[in-house]
Amino acid sequence: MQQIIYFFQKFKYFLFFLLLEIIALSLTFNNLDFHRSKFVNSANNLTGGFYSQYSNISDFFNLRTENERLSEENTYLKNLLAKKSYLDSLKELEFTVIDSSKFKQKYSYTAAKIINNNYSKQFNFLTVNKGQKDGISKEMAAFNSKGIIGITENTSTNYTRIQSILNRDSRINARLKNTNYFGTLSWDGKDYKTVQLYDIPRQAPLKIGDTIETDGKSTIFPEGILIGTISKINNGNTADNKVDVTLFNDMSNLGYIYIVKNFDKIEIKNLENNE
Amino acid sequence: MNNPLSTITLFFSLLLLQVLILNNILFLGFINPYVYIAFVFYYPLKENRIPFLFYCFLLGISIDFFSDTGGIHALSIVFIAYIRLFFIRLYLKKTAIDYPFFNLNSEPFGKVFNYVVTLTVIHHFIYFSFANFSFQNFSNVLLNTLFSSIFTLILFFLGAYIFKKKN
Repeated sequence: MQQIIYFFQKFKYFLFFLLLEIIALSLTFNNLDFHRSKFVNSANNLTGGFYSQYSNISDFFNLRTENERLSEENTYLKNLLAKKSYLDSLKELEFTVIDSSKFKQKYSYTAAKIINNNYSKQFNFLTVNKGQKDGISKEMAAFNSKGIIGITENTSTNYTRIQSILNRDSRINARLKNTNYFGTLSWDGKDYKTVQLYDIPRQAPLKIGDTIETDGKSTIFPEGILIGTISKINNGNTADNKVDVTLFNDMSNLGYIYIVKNFDKIEIKNLENNE
Repeated sequence: MNNPLSTITLFFSLLLLQVLILNNILFLGFINPYVYIAFVFYYPLKENRIPFLFYCFLLGISIDFFSDTGGIHALSIVFIAYIRLFFIRLYLKKTAIDYPFFNLNSEPFGKVFNYVVTLTVIHHFIYFSFANFSFQNFSNVLLNTLFSSIFTLILFFLGAYIFKKKN
């Protein structure tokens, strides 16, 4: 017993140092795991509150670009609406749905403001000013009018942390626009303007400049959200068939985003797990 | 620097400086100074090191909370906090008797420079290795360490010079 006490007396600084390092290391490992709830993240009320105060001030510098982006999006939506009303007029009135109980809404959208944005690290996260109070939970899609941003990952009452697509752990199902050839979108950690699309079938007719969008197959992202254009095709016979995709979004300059809730998610998940 | 109030002021001013200003600099897209490690240099030398290690851990973990890095800042700052004494003995030749009178500002610049540079480079190397978390892009780790260390050191010595004059 005397020996043990003596040992602790002698090495107390080193043991305390080891204890702190082990805590820090386990928090680091924990942070890299998507499916574990995390203790250290910026979506808590203290850091979230700090960042939202800070962004209240810094927002004024981005108002002009944010306005331009909004008016662009408005134009796009107005055009869609015009097209739809034209198509509806062709179909006559017989297809009009009157019974509201038969109307099926699959997604609901929530607007949120980014209060903290990272893009220079290997594992990047964003913080937004909406949380559980606004019906946001884990694994929801985040995007803006130009393209995808990431997946929600940790929520508190008022704030949410989003795993950016610029995170080496990020895996998103994506396809070539207007076809059904799909692959996995991930990031190699080098350039914040370019992400990589892996495992797209060899027979897919890929050309530089083609658009890549999200695939409806995952329960997270709705179908057809834009991602980027192909900037480099690997013509060699490599196993992973890598394609470089330049993002439409400038990830270093983001303002407001949408978060999507999929109402059918639980049903689809249950069905898939039943097998 | 020996009264607790100035330690607390140093703690919070370094934390806010780091998370609200320095984390947003990103010079050329990836070079960022990490001046909060000045806490390790300026904390008074004491015989009992447990509070010192604990405060460093607290500072590191607070910065991790803000910058979503898990526990990497805490890990690297606790490491240099632990090995600080070894380098003080090596470069500044201090023994236990000198601890209460130790003041970084009154030491010769050359020795302080060596001491600060060594700890900064070690801290940045550990930080970027864990932030990268693989052997891919290892050249990026070395480049980041080099450039960010230079940036941190410039800011640290400028700050040290300014506050020295005031006192």
